[in-house]
Amino acid sequence: MSDAKSSEKPGALVAGVTQVVNWIDERMPLVETYEYHMSRYWAPKNFNIWYLFGVLSMVVLVNQLLTGIWLTMSYVPSGDKAFASVEYIMRDVEFGWLLRYLHSSGASAFFIVVYLHMFRGMMYGSYRKPRELIWLFGMAIFLVLMAEGFMGYLLPWGNMSYWGAQVIVSLVGAIPVVGADLMEWVRGDFLMSEITLNRFFALHVVALPIMLIMLVFLHIVALHHVGSNNPDGIDVKKFKDENGKPLDSIAFHPYYTIGHDLPAIVLFLMVFCSVVFFAPEMGGYFLEPPNFEQANPLKTPDHIAPVWYYTPFYAMLRAATYPLFGMDAKFWGFVVMVGAIAVPAVLPWLDRSPVKSMRYKGAISKGMLALFIVSFFLLGWLGTQAASPLYTLLAQVGTAGYFAYFVLMPWYTRVEKTKPVPERVPA
Amino acid sequence: MKRFLMILGFCALMTPAAFASDSGVHLEPMTPDHRDLPSLQHGAKLFMNYCLGCHSLEHQRHVRTAEDLGIPTDLYQASLLPAGSDMGSHITNAMPGEGAKNWFGAQPPDLSMVTRVRGTDWVYSYLKGFYLDPSRPLGVNNDVLPNAGMPHALIELQGVPRKVCRQAAEGSRDGLTGQPMTSEQCGFIEVEPGTGLLSAEEYDAAVYDLVNFLDYTGEPYRLDRQRIGVYVILFLFVLYIFAWLLGREYQKEVH
Repeated sequence: MSDAKSSEKPGALVAGVTQVVNWIDERMPLVETYEYHMSRYWAPKNFNIWYLFGVLSMVVLVNQLLTGIWLTMSYVPSGDKAFASVEYIMRDVEFGWLLRYLHSSGASAFFIVVYLHMFRGMMYGSYRKPRELIWLFGMAIFLVLMAEGFMGYLLPWGNMSYWGAQVIVSLVGAIPVVGADLMEWVRGDFLMSEITLNRFFALHVVALPIMLIMLVFLHIVALHHVGSNNPDGIDVKKFKDENGKPLDSIAFHPYYTIGHDLPAIVLFLMVFCSVVFFAPEMGGYFLEPPNFEQANPLKTPDHIAPVWYYTPFYAMLRAATYPLFGMDAKFWGFVVMVGAIAVPAVLPWLDRSPVKSMRYKGAISKGMLALFIVSFFLLGWLGTQAASPLYTLLAQVGTAGYFAYFVLMPWYTRVEKTKPVPERVPA
Repeated sequence: MKRFLMILGFCALMTPAAFASDSGVHLEPMTPDHRDLPSLQHGAKLFMNYCLGCHSLEHQRHVRTAEDLGIPTDLYQASLLPAGSDMGSHITNAMPGEGAKNWFGAQPPDLSMVTRVRGTDWVYSYLKGFYLDPSRPLGVNNDVLPNAGMPHALIELQGVPRKVCRQAAEGSRDGLTGQPMTSEQCGFIEVEPGTGLLSAEEYDAAVYDLVNFLDYTGEPYRLDRQRIGVYVILFLFVLYIFAWLLGREYQKEVH
């Protein structure tokens, strides 16, 4: 009786909120959209720790956007003021050092969580049908992220900013016939200059973030259309209850958002803040020492190394040392590097295994994934070191290992024996 | 999970050797301490007296230096503030850039963040690495940065450092006499006694204070950063307990 009474006469606040929601709902699908993406988005119940890095990428993206906006308020993108304006932010802007360290550490954190997120996809076959488009949007996000990081790195106008950008932009010059003109077009000048800085600034703070947000939106729209994969690679939509809810799934909100993600986000923030507050340079990996010196076109740093998140690809670039078909080695290095960045995009069509998840794949697949991990870390480390004959040889071996994982996949995923995949998620 | 931990372990292994100095010169370790105000104050005094003539700290302001180092404004103005500067301005000097280039071959670099570029060990060893070398235009050379274009600005404090050879132990003994074997080894820096205002220990301490001050100007907010960081981590820790308890309630419903 009392229940009926309270449902007849809700409190004034609830009534007010309901009225507003109804008003909006008549004009746009607010509740429907919320339910579709949150409270009635059915996610497999067997997610594990690897399924946190998607939401952590979003957390870092928000951090980068917010701190970036505030940094832009005090940053001056000009050749003679950029470096000093960053130091002005660090010293004279209230909590400017915090904004800057959050942003610079955030860049590295972004790549850490995105690499782990991508690795999850590779391990559990999240790129397989029907999720190819999610994977392609993800790859596009990765490309834009690399461009975003690269252009952002020029903005402090430190000496490593300058020379790192100089090395990477000069790669374009290795393209036959049009290379030299193309390089000039990218820089907008005959050398790295304020003009280059200005266009990188525009791309870094406006164009690329817009692309990033749009691609993340598409990534999630596609994901929520087909539903999430899971560590067993089981199709959870096969068995549904009478209401159409998959039996092995739970509501994304609140069971994953609050049940899993919230504590994980806090834990992540603890690690992230430990870096921001206690080791923002991270031993020269997150902020490189030569970058505390203003860009100087006449003074090359002793050893030009990109930031750690590009080093695997940088090592592959340097691994090409032979001229071939009349093209010099630099051109082939460029080809290898672009190939290495692009090749994961075709994974959905390389993987011919009858099963999705590594849990049910055979020994060759597991061995090749291990080879991939070892190669990637080896290359990442080599990319931070000055080149030597031994290191170049190691980089060539690492490059071979990296590509073998992809190129041989159509073969080894077909010939190996796989384990049977259960119909339902094991309890 | 096991693999994840292995990856983390690998990352940890990779960290320490990164970007190590490859010049091959032995650097003396120097650990800065931004809490040691007397040291920072002494370093500031040394900088203003011996370095500022050529080197600026163009990102650091006088007013902040006085505040952070606990130097009263009137005292700072009377003893440290160069003529023509005001408290709100950056720590700059009157040396014209083009002139400096002609005089030294290169403009003396700004030192605001020299320890962040080179490291404190490097700067400390550099300031102790000068020795007389008549072949150089300024009469001195440096072990850490060979053919440096800088005069030994602290020679008045240190005294006259010369490269000398010494009989040094080889670590083995003479087979016949049983005496330790020695041989002449060169490259030691020795200061001519009585030529400097400071003793060897006092000079080392002065250089420490100066490098400590330069490290402070590289990141004057470091103590703030660490102090606030402790509270942030503590807050997140408490938040984690509640987030974990809340999350557990929802997880109970699932299983």
